[in-house]
Amino acid sequence: MATRDEIVDQIAGFALFADLTTPQLERIAHMFEEEVFPDGARVLRQGLSGSAFYIILDGEAEVVIDGTQRATLARGDFFGEVSILLGEAPGADIVASRPLRTLVLAGPAVHQVLLDNPPLMYRMLQAQARRLRNANRWRS
Amino acid sequence: MAELSQAGGDRSADPRPFPPGDYPVVVVGSGAGAIQVSYSLRRNGVDHAVLSADPSPGGMFRRWPFFQRLLSWTKPYAPVARDSPAYERYDWNSLLADGPGERAIMPDLMDGTSYFPSRPEMELNLATFVERTGTLIRYDCRWTATRREDGPDGERFVLETTDGEYRAATLVFAVGVAEPYSPPTPGIELAAHYADTRPAETYAGKRVFIMGKQNSGFELATGLLPWARRIVLCSPSPAKLSVNTRSLVGVRARYVQPFEDHVLGGGVSVLDASIGGIVRGEEGSGSPFLVTVRPSDGGEDLAIEIDEVISATGFVTPLLDLPALGVTTFGQARLPAQTAYWESATVPGIFFAGTIGQGSAGLKKHGLPANSGAVHGARYNARVLAAHIARRVGSERPAGPTIAAAGLLDRIIAEIATAPELWHQRAYLAKVISLDPSSGPRDEGIVPLAAFVDAAGDDGAGNAIALTLEADGSGAIYPVLYLRQAGKVEERPIDADALLRFDTPAARSQVAAILVEAGVG
Repeated sequence: MATRDEIVDQIAGFALFADLTTPQLERIAHMFEEEVFPDGARVLRQGLSGSAFYIILDGEAEVVIDGTQRATLARGDFFGEVSILLGEAPGADIVASRPLRTLVLAGPAVHQVLLDNPPLMYRMLQAQARRLRNANRWRS
Repeated sequence: MAELSQAGGDRSADPRPFPPGDYPVVVVGSGAGAIQVSYSLRRNGVDHAVLSADPSPGGMFRRWPFFQRLLSWTKPYAPVARDSPAYERYDWNSLLADGPGERAIMPDLMDGTSYFPSRPEMELNLATFVERTGTLIRYDCRWTATRREDGPDGERFVLETTDGEYRAATLVFAVGVAEPYSPPTPGIELAAHYADTRPAETYAGKRVFIMGKQNSGFELATGLLPWARRIVLCSPSPAKLSVNTRSLVGVRARYVQPFEDHVLGGGVSVLDASIGGIVRGEEGSGSPFLVTVRPSDGGEDLAIEIDEVISATGFVTPLLDLPALGVTTFGQARLPAQTAYWESATVPGIFFAGTIGQGSAGLKKHGLPANSGAVHGARYNARVLAAHIARRVGSERPAGPTIAAAGLLDRIIAEIATAPELWHQRAYLAKVISLDPSSGPRDEGIVPLAAFVDAAGDDGAGNAIALTLEADGSGAIYPVLYLRQAGKVEERPIDADALLRFDTPAARSQVAAILVEAGVG
């Protein structure tokens, strides 16, 4: 269990939030909720609508598509944004592979948080560009 | 159930029930959650003890809400008969029972001045339920510590109490989220907590700074409107209003008056700012305190002169030494991390009921939480939990009653149109109908939706349909059918209806098509 101040300190070190001021970080820390998952728990479920946006504070999770493990996510990584941005159900299961502590933002709130925090949107876009680049490399 | 140790008379000369000793299950608490779990365990034939530090039933309702009026309504006059299960949709405060005279107790105790019961009415509602159902509780018995030891049937827990030691393999804690929490803000010791708020008239003519913009903060502001000279409500993020989120997330409508006062310039200020600190005002300044705040939008720091500071920053879960035993907690409320069946995610055998059950978040679709933090959600969780524990401690789970194939459509329509569990615990609790071809459709009862979709529920992992009601934050409420076939789960939403009728020809047609898809149409 972390206090809001501790969460602010933690996310300040994540690339996603690197360009935000302390008051902006404090405001964001209040909008997210903390959620923890035991080893083996499904966080996102492939094909089920209404999911949320998650940032990993501690632990690891696997990205599983149609039962096949595709990637591993760790501290500072985030997931769930693609299905929210596209208005679709997640295309993968996200399964805790170690006890997982996350910050979670409800899907409907993501749009406004991105609009209110352009530096955050830019950093998310950067991360998506890297994922796209890596996917293209993998295909070629 | 007289054969169970509820009477406890053969164990001790103490006239109170449940003397120290060995029990299959021990429940801690005497609020709505504990009472509902105990009642439901008894209905499932599970021998157990119930212990409480309090002298009488009621839990938090023995003291709060501070201004003595609940947020949860009971409608004495509803669209359905009071003696039908469907009435529970309109009565958020009565506990669940099977016997006549034990159900829908709340409306009979209300004085008609509001459809929100007063605190004393709610306390009486719970005490009346305890009396009429013969629920036994050992009062004035405080849980003080917990440890593990090896027992004759494996590891078990030892609860140390002011009356002695209790041993059980299964513990259920329903002790509320009731320990005042204040953030580590510099100078916080100068603030009173919500729990220590004085009578409203003692704030007459004062300038009051309230830390926190959730229901408790707005409740205080509402109560102080006729008394305080100025009220400042402050927290870093904007206040959410339930009428905007179209859910129970946010400040409830009956506490919105201070917000209107703020937007109309009447003397209430609602600030989005982090609180830098609280210091004493200079001698002779006429301001006992100075609160420094930093606006979240990056504006200049503000120094606010104030007479009283109240921290309405919530409560934490009083888990005593359970974290040291391995119970993982999370969030500001220090809720225990839980499985879909409200068991500690890290210490098997320890369960949670009542408002603590909100730590089992479920799917939380579209960001909307279940109502587990309120009586009208927790009472259904408790019933499911009791059946789950009954299965764990050895009771054979009977096969669900069969449903004639010809009546399956009618049954589903009836459930999505009226089932109170589905209405109150949306996208959280589901009615499950198994579809084993050899036995035909069977009613498997209510199961946490998260357990169903992960094939980890008491209904098993076979082909089945789960029925829920759901909302997406747009204001629409609609049924969803989940098809579990060959281990894969897919959802099939039914169209929303402006009048919330799901027994219409349109709904029947959609459900019928889904049953065909499931191979039972």
